[in-house]
Amino acid sequence: MRYTLSLIAVLAFIWLANSGLYTPLLLTFGLLSIALVILLARRMQLVDRESQPLHLAAALPGYYWWLLCKIVQSNLQVVACVWRSVFSPSESVISPTHARLRTSLRTDLGKVLYANSITLTPGTVAVAIEGDEVLVHALDADGIEELRRGDMERRVRVLEE
Amino acid sequence: MIEQIVLLLSGCALALGCFFMLSGAVGLLRFPDFYTRMHAAGVTDTLATFLILGGLMLLAGWSLALFKLGLILLFLFFTGPVASHALARAAQHSEWKLSGSGSRGGKRGPAEPVSAPAEVAEADALNTDRV
Repeated sequence: MRYTLSLIAVLAFIWLANSGLYTPLLLTFGLLSIALVILLARRMQLVDRESQPLHLAAALPGYYWWLLCKIVQSNLQVVACVWRSVFSPSESVISPTHARLRTSLRTDLGKVLYANSITLTPGTVAVAIEGDEVLVHALDADGIEELRRGDMERRVRVLEE
Repeated sequence: MIEQIVLLLSGCALALGCFFMLSGAVGLLRFPDFYTRMHAAGVTDTLATFLILGGLMLLAGWSLALFKLGLILLFLFFTGPVASHALARAAQHSEWKLSGSGSRGGKRGPAEPVSAPAEVAEADALNTDRV
């Protein structure tokens, strides 16, 4: 029930923020669309803990903030690589690597969150998840090393619990 | 006074965003193979869009446009990794498949197709047959 309610709230927010016209007719249309989407989502059994991770609501902002700092940092590294490869074409500035990383994350949600975070930081891409291994491709060995140290995984595990 | 500071900040954010967009595009052209190019595209996906949309949000002020820009940012951050993953996944099913055990390559690493010349020759042969 609370998942349905939260989905209604999210959809209503999206409608109100995008329409900008608050006449009774359009608000009725909005209400009808929301009802239709809720009906469809419930019939497809999409409304559950996984699609509406309410239990994460308190912890997610902190994680997103940490992730944003990480993204900025790795963006700067990749951009530095780009310009170094432009200005000194002869020396090899990147050494692409890939590795399978074991992860101790148990839930699907945790694994997806982890893999998506890896992909979202430039310089590392999660190519596939197989069982409890993540195949990661990185621009240089440092990216893999940093993931091996498991800072990101630890933070995702905190969210998982 | 405050208005000018906001204007200045948004100008800086937009200029920086353009710089990162350009860097991502240059990387996309300069990097040697499929996977490394994907990393360069990641720059335009994340920090560049964040800065440009942030600059526009500062210009928009407290209005409906602010929420819309915020929603665009949110959706881009959710769909970006999905698109990257779909690309990488597709590459896994092609000749650029990464070898099973983790290995380390040089500048032209294992992501480069090993049997490419042979395949090209084969394709050429097929084409001449058809002609």
